[in-house]
Amino acid sequence: MKDFRNIALFVLVVGAVPLFTDSGVMLNFVMTSLYACLLSQAWNVLGGFGGQFSFGHALFFGTGAYVQAIAQMQWGLSPWVALPLAMAFAAGVGAFVGAASFRYGLKGSYFALVTLAFAEVFRILATSVPFTGAGVGLMLPLKESATNMQFGSRAGFIWLMLGLVTLALCITAWLRHSRFGAYLQAVRDNEDAARAIGVNPFSVKLIATILSGGLMGAGGAFYVQVFQYIDPGIAFGAHTSVEALVGAIVGGMGTLWGPILGAVSLHILADVTRNLFGQLPGINMVIYGVVLIVIVMFLPRGIAGLGTITPLQWLRGSKSDGDKP
Amino acid sequence: MLDFNILFPSVLNGITTGAVYALIALGLTLIYGVLHIINFAHGASLMVALYGVYMLKQHFGVDPYLALPIMVPAMFVLGYALQRGVINRASHGKDENILLVTLGISIVLENLALLFFKSDTRTIETAYTLTTVEIGPAFIALPKLVSFAGALVVSAVLLLIVQKTDLGRAIRAVSKEKQGARLMGIDVDHVYAMCFGLGLASLGAAACFLMPAYYVNPQVGNGFVLVAFTIVVLGGMGSFAGALLGGLLIGVVESLGGLLLGESLGQVGIFVIFIAVLLLRPQGFFGAKA
Amino acid sequence: MSTLLQIEGVGKSFGGLKAVQNVSLSVTEGRLSALIGPNGAGKTTLFALMSGFLTPDTGRVVFAGQDITGQPPHLNARMGLTRTFQIVQPFAAQTVRENIAVGAHLHLPSRAQALAFAESVASQVGLTPQLDKLASDLTVAGRKRLELARALATRPRLLLLDEVLAGLNPQEIAEMIPVVQGIAQSGVTVLMIEHVMQAVMSLAQEVWVLAQGQLIAQGTPAEVTNNKAVVEAYLGHGTAERLQKNVAQAQMDQADTARAVQEAQA
Repeated sequence: MKDFRNIALFVLVVGAVPLFTDSGVMLNFVMTSLYACLLSQAWNVLGGFGGQFSFGHALFFGTGAYVQAIAQMQWGLSPWVALPLAMAFAAGVGAFVGAASFRYGLKGSYFALVTLAFAEVFRILATSVPFTGAGVGLMLPLKESATNMQFGSRAGFIWLMLGLVTLALCITAWLRHSRFGAYLQAVRDNEDAARAIGVNPFSVKLIATILSGGLMGAGGAFYVQVFQYIDPGIAFGAHTSVEALVGAIVGGMGTLWGPILGAVSLHILADVTRNLFGQLPGINMVIYGVVLIVIVMFLPRGIAGLGTITPLQWLRGSKSDGDKP
Repeated sequence: MLDFNILFPSVLNGITTGAVYALIALGLTLIYGVLHIINFAHGASLMVALYGVYMLKQHFGVDPYLALPIMVPAMFVLGYALQRGVINRASHGKDENILLVTLGISIVLENLALLFFKSDTRTIETAYTLTTVEIGPAFIALPKLVSFAGALVVSAVLLLIVQKTDLGRAIRAVSKEKQGARLMGIDVDHVYAMCFGLGLASLGAAACFLMPAYYVNPQVGNGFVLVAFTIVVLGGMGSFAGALLGGLLIGVVESLGGLLLGESLGQVGIFVIFIAVLLLRPQGFFGAKA
Repeated sequence: MSTLLQIEGVGKSFGGLKAVQNVSLSVTEGRLSALIGPNGAGKTTLFALMSGFLTPDTGRVVFAGQDITGQPPHLNARMGLTRTFQIVQPFAAQTVRENIAVGAHLHLPSRAQALAFAESVASQVGLTPQLDKLASDLTVAGRKRLELARALATRPRLLLLDEVLAGLNPQEIAEMIPVVQGIAQSGVTVLMIEHVMQAVMSLAQEVWVLAQGQLIAQGTPAEVTNNKAVVEAYLGHGTAERLQKNVAQAQMDQADTARAVQEAQA
């Protein structure tokens, strides 16, 4: 159907870029943009489609990253084996956090808080425990080769990340056209009504958390392969959590292409800022924060929602449904 | 190892820190109890206040305790402006939007601080920074004792405002029945903003008490935010008594935890409690409704 | 005719308040029955207890011969027991078709099939022109129909309708009644909470009356509305006697007037 045809188009266009350009700047931009896309897509599964806002998504990112590193450095596995393993571990952490949170009916702000708390706990544990390298972190030994998932040129990384982004896109498209996706969005829009017509909110939210966690973990594993380094701050810090959620919200939660639009837009904005103001610490995040506030204030459906809201509604500001009689 | 001479100072230290935690949590409780929003920007706001105290000392030589009459009104104004100008405008009445907007504010504040002050940890030195007072087998730093007393006083003032003044009456009316209060002629938006202002004003006071014995860096808010939330959830959202007692309890837990497990792992103890309370008893122990 | 739903001695308290006390009733399969009573009587609480949104403190809920006491709502829906809500709960961000499809998915795993079935259910309740409208853009009457359609799409054996006519003007009520009738005639057992007496009288075959958490009367609509206890529950203590006295007085006045007319004509 249309969605999958568009995804195929996307893959062809983006995948062809390394074949048509040698520019290091361009290739780097495509790679880092795709990386940002994956993070936002992962968040979107649970946040946009499931309506459960996680403020600590770095929890899954960091788990994936550390497993990717440890699996190679301490268990001697090939990075191509470590990748699915990292995703599985991240998904497992998702299962644990999801089961605990939803079993006790946590929603809204409370769920956001709990994810934040878990991310912090993991960060502190990672700082204190030897096998994660404690505060110093882990450095992946350099050994360039395709079989070692350390590509000589950015092209290899681009195609790898494209594969992961495509996986995320396919999962999202599946959410738009499946019973499970319908159930997930029903729980998001009105949990009690969903229960009354046969939906089990616990299992639906749990599966969404597992999928979201697994995808986010892939992002973490990818990070380790590209930068060959991970430490508790990068792994479980607020920066990654924020990047994931702002991209999805700015682009349009609960849509197929929203996270891609948002992640790329933010990325471009960050690049432009860096060119204008230089490498100032924190300037990126200030922009992310401001953009988040502005989008929530004026464009709550994100960029993807631009087509769905008339200019008059936009000027008046969209009212919440709670005001309707 | 765990004899009285080691435990007692730890507990005492915990109580003094806990009083300041309680003050921070009180502001959050006020904001939650009235506006029903979980203010993710609370920690970042405290960080801003701490930098304010730092700057007043470093650049103008103002003693942190003497900075109270400057910091408290300044933070009040900031709070009022943030609520009226940003949060109210952006939320469109939806809870999830408020969540995101306060998150956005906290990100902006934290990273502006990073921009201006870099990530260095800064402290101030006053004449009495190193003075200690002897209580039994414990030597408690004088600033901590002052902050203990100060925090209790400010908490009392805050409670008095809510209980005895016209503003307090308006606040209580709005928190119970917004539409009804509006019909009675109460300017709800103004009351909301006053409340938020009060919440941040108490952070201004807390910063004055904290700075002599503590430090500041752009990330310091994160740690406080979770501690404050732990207290508020533990004590029961919207309960002042709960926030006070919860603050003292958490201060002690952190201190003992640090003693037994080491500094960083001690913090984990708090978060574990937080997660446990959220999961098992989200209405807290003195719960108003959760 | 068999009993589809049976509740025995069901009770629920909230703190000190006894919302429902020792209520027993049985809903016969194929019937359209009504549950009435003054505001605060505990009717919606009873629905919540029947459908699994609340667990009773005492008593049992038996559906189609199986004890479903305390079973969560989604499992009850799978067994054929679906409820609607007094305050409509649409999936606001989704279209009418998508809303109904969620219900249809209970028995249809395929997305295409669920969407198609949603269309046919929509026509049953008269929502066909609104299929692609957002639920949040519907009028109250439209949302009531949507609520109904969504529940209907789960192919229920027993449909619990909570005040499906509340908030509708007389025209809309007149249009909704045949819809409910049609549903009942298609074989679905319906139990409705209703305040609109006209609907109860014209639709219900059996009526239960709940007041202050307890069942105070049961029977056909005519029997129940003539029941003294029922009148008192709605209009206050002593009203039934006063009404009877008024009626007796009116009859006496009428007899006097008739006699006076007769004497005058003689």
